[in-house]
Amino acid sequence: MATTVVNRVRRSRLRRIPIFRILFLALCFLFVLAPLYWTFVTSIKPSDDFLASPPVWFPDNPTLVHYNAALFAYRGLNGLINSLIVSISATVLSCLFGTLMAYSLARFNTGGQHLSFWVLSQRFLPPVAIVLPIFLNYRALGLNDTHVGLILAYTVFTLPVSVWMMFAYFRQMPRSLEEAALVDGCTRWTSFWRVAVPLAVPGIVAAAIFTFIACWTEFFFALVLTSRNAYTLPTVFRAFLSFQGAQYGAASALSIVSLVPSIVLGVLVQKHLVRGLTLGAIRG
Amino acid sequence: MAEVRITGLHKRYGAFHAVKGIDLDVPDGEFTVLVGPSGCGKSTLLRTIAGLEEASDGTIEIGGEVVNDFRPRDRDVAMVFQDYALYPHMSVGNNIGFGLKARGMPKPEIAARVGEAARMLGIEPLLDRLPRHLSGGQRQRVAIGRAIVRNPRIFLFDEPLSNLDAQLRDEMRGEIKRLHHTIATTMIYVTHDQIEAMTLADRIVLMRDGLIEQQGAPLELFERPANTFVAGFLGSPRMSFINGRLARSAEGYVVRIGDLAMPVPAGRTLDGASDGQEILLGLRPEHLTRSQGDAPPPGCVRHEVQIELLQPTGSRSYATFRLAGEPVIAELQAHDVSRPGEHVPIDINMQRASIFDRRSERAL
Repeated sequence: MATTVVNRVRRSRLRRIPIFRILFLALCFLFVLAPLYWTFVTSIKPSDDFLASPPVWFPDNPTLVHYNAALFAYRGLNGLINSLIVSISATVLSCLFGTLMAYSLARFNTGGQHLSFWVLSQRFLPPVAIVLPIFLNYRALGLNDTHVGLILAYTVFTLPVSVWMMFAYFRQMPRSLEEAALVDGCTRWTSFWRVAVPLAVPGIVAAAIFTFIACWTEFFFALVLTSRNAYTLPTVFRAFLSFQGAQYGAASALSIVSLVPSIVLGVLVQKHLVRGLTLGAIRG
Repeated sequence: MAEVRITGLHKRYGAFHAVKGIDLDVPDGEFTVLVGPSGCGKSTLLRTIAGLEEASDGTIEIGGEVVNDFRPRDRDVAMVFQDYALYPHMSVGNNIGFGLKARGMPKPEIAARVGEAARMLGIEPLLDRLPRHLSGGQRQRVAIGRAIVRNPRIFLFDEPLSNLDAQLRDEMRGEIKRLHHTIATTMIYVTHDQIEAMTLADRIVLMRDGLIEQQGAPLELFERPANTFVAGFLGSPRMSFINGRLARSAEGYVVRIGDLAMPVPAGRTLDGASDGQEILLGLRPEHLTRSQGDAPPPGCVRHEVQIELLQPTGSRSYATFRLAGEPVIAELQAHDVSRPGEHVPIDINMQRASIFDRRSERAL
């Protein structure tokens, strides 16, 4: 008798938990995917279907005209290329300098305890407070509306976060690995490149993702510092809200296009992150 | 191959004085063990020799050359770390060959030397694996391989066995000793384990609070400790210390403990001893034996004691009793005492016992 009760409890538990779990996951899934789906469907709908009632869940005649409009008429393609140039360059620079600085802070305690905090404190500043000074400086230096200008600004703004992410990473890395390399025949510099950096790859990847996303989605600085040449993808969206009304189709098409690099990056980096997590110092 | 000479070495970290003036000569080819309780400065001393720490004061010579300003790589030393410090992202083979590669040796030669080192340590089948797939003992072997492949002038070991389990530690200890016999290079080895120190060393350097307490051959330190710290640190179970007083008689000195009078054998000289001096009598477990025959052997004093505690180990039994109120441990034969509470006659070997001045704690 007791065993049947136990069995029944066990069986009902087995049956119940997955149901709730599946329901919960499905809800989360919907929450994330529904807007994405709607954006995608809107991007391929003929304009007449946008506000149709009942809503059109999938168009009878899918079209690419909105992509054409977004990329060429609204010059979204240029924005995409500019965004790629600026975001990738800023990410590379930010991670490069971030890694060097974080290593120096973690290993040599450069600047004592205050420098590392000062670096982070740069993030406390509201960006709007410095955008005008930067604009004026850039005008004097001829950096307005150039890739270099925007790369420079993005590198500086993302540096505190990449420094801090890498700082935490280097600090938990056992010193003995680099010391072994020093005794083995490395200089400080080669022990850094051959031992510390390869082991910090997961941290560098995490910092790179963070930096890239921050640059890719940045709107405010791009709006102020660029106009006709170096404008980035987010600033293109501005044009879809015009006196002619909202350009739903083009906006959706460009949104989908802007997702592609992030998805590619995510897929590439995911493998690396998993590989990176299994690395880690060998200890007894 | 080279000797190491350290003169007046100090190491300070801010206000903390870790090494307080060390003079040490390590002759070429000798196995020297730096031993002492944690925080005594032994690891700092080793790291200063390696060049991982900068000396605050004093000089370090390797092979007759002052190396204070040399980078670690230019000192031609190899070091084995407590946590092995294997590069997790490199295979065993690359770990061992890393130092050679960093020094720009051609690839075929690296492969040959890595192979030879691996053969020596019996880790050839592991060369393609990553360190995380190895057991603790194998990792330590790889770490040692990484050191010997470079054929350095000096080997430095920083507590290399303390992360291993007891059985493996015994095994690796033997292997390190054998390695020293084979390659006969100067080795400096840091440990807090007195058994490791005793078994491995040609010479033990016993440190406390940044200073050398005593150095010499293991048995010399064991049998003639310079002070109570050295006497207590070496040997397990520990030496027992009993408060007493020296008295001068016609035949020489007598150690008085309570109402027990124990003459110091005629052959023993006591430096700086005086009548009525307060002393500590140091007795190792093996200085005490169960009496045999009618009279105690020469140099021994017979005394009947009541056993309080008995700890058999199989071949021997450790028996604790009190002498003038102080607990003393004796190492007796397995069947000398059958149960606690028993009264047994014990011979105290005054020839081998240590006598220390109670105030300075230095040996007389």
